[in-house]
Amino acid sequence: MPATLLHTPLHDRHVELGARMVPFAGWEMPVQYEGVIPEHRAVRTDAGVFDVSHMGELEVEGPRARELLQGALSNDLERLEAGQAQYTLLTNEDGGIIDDLIAYRVGEHSYLLVVNASNRANVYAWLKEREIAGSDVRDVSDDCALLAVQGPHAIERLGLPAAPAFTFAETFVDGVEVMVNRTGYTGEDGCELLCMTEDAIRLWDAVLERGVVPCGLGARDTLRLEVCYPLHGNDIGPDTDAISAGLGWTCALEKEFEGVDVLRRVKADGPERRLIAFVMEEKAIPRQGMPIDGGGEVTSGSHSPMLEIGIGMGYVPAAQAKPETELTIDVRGRPRRARVVKKPIYKREG
Amino acid sequence: MAAAESYPDDLRYHEEHDWARIEGNEAVLGITWFAADALGELVHFEAPEVGSTVAKDQSYGEVESVKAVSDVIAPLSGEVLEVNGQVVDAPETVNEDPYGTGWLLRIRLAESGEVDALLDAGAYRELLAQQ
Repeated sequence: MPATLLHTPLHDRHVELGARMVPFAGWEMPVQYEGVIPEHRAVRTDAGVFDVSHMGELEVEGPRARELLQGALSNDLERLEAGQAQYTLLTNEDGGIIDDLIAYRVGEHSYLLVVNASNRANVYAWLKEREIAGSDVRDVSDDCALLAVQGPHAIERLGLPAAPAFTFAETFVDGVEVMVNRTGYTGEDGCELLCMTEDAIRLWDAVLERGVVPCGLGARDTLRLEVCYPLHGNDIGPDTDAISAGLGWTCALEKEFEGVDVLRRVKADGPERRLIAFVMEEKAIPRQGMPIDGGGEVTSGSHSPMLEIGIGMGYVPAAQAKPETELTIDVRGRPRRARVVKKPIYKREG
Repeated sequence: MAAAESYPDDLRYHEEHDWARIEGNEAVLGITWFAADALGELVHFEAPEVGSTVAKDQSYGEVESVKAVSDVIAPLSGEVLEVNGQVVDAPETVNEDPYGTGWLLRIRLAESGEVDALLDAGAYRELLAQQ
């Protein structure tokens, strides 16, 4: 952990609200305000706001920006039109995942990449190294703040018009200029609001004024786990490939990008292990790193506030990956029964 | 609703943030408001078996919140007579009422002399003030 933790522009607001602050990826971030469980439920039933200004923003511009990105990112950028966003992976030579990110096509020759805080420097260096004449990569993270407003009533509370998922628009929220991205990490409707750093406090205050509940990284983690969104560093990383992780849908294997030959091979042969979702059949909370009998391992585990049982994801040999397969997880020396389930673990009824 | 901070005068305390209510040659055990607050809302209590023994200063179980796991340390030695099933079923009871309905175990004391080594409420409050 670095001696000095970075602060988002909203740091003082979090402290004033009584948030519990913790180190995360070099930043001091709110893990909870009132509590993980009420915050989680606010997002599932109404609307919550997360300060995710620690995330990185990279601009890639120029007549050959698309060529640079098409050769580096797994998804097919050709399909992305201005005003649209795409979930994609930055892969290494071995098909491993350097980062999972969202690419926004801002203009004909202009893209914005929103990357994980912990991978910001790596992604920037990776792309910078591969820059070609006619493409320019810039890290603009320090100029931007990002608020994720998520929940079934998020859009209504912000007074924004309906829009399809994975699109974005520039507009104003209570006088603050924002890029409204119809994306998120909770499995709920909602958006991510990108604004200038100097406007962050005004935007945060306006969002809270509209009755949106402040939520910390604790709830962000349980929300994403219930809907089986992978967390880079836990469930996916430089040593795991997209096919085994169930992210084949983000990979355009017919195009050329770094590590694609490895991914084609894994796809053709079938992965040896797979990232599966499971629920506990006995009272116990699985945690990252716990062994699964048969050679598997838990990569994310927690308590599901909606289902009120232990849930998780982990890699198991392909033979154990079918839904309904019984698993045994070593919970600090105690064997506990779990069952493989289809992703997502939690889905709203009806 | 989480309880307000308190450390009742009729309890004895262990520096690992556990309390004991002495009732003759038995004791009721639990974790303090401070411990419950530090963990956040509890979602699991891994309890010992009735009939097993717990040893002073040793872990007898675990409590977990969404984010954290913590050993529960026995303030006194003895045999487990009863586990609070309400906490097993609804662990958040500990946050709501740490010294009442949120008790964890009832034990038969193995050595009543051990009680003298525990802190009184004043000494425990002082310990918290130093942290």
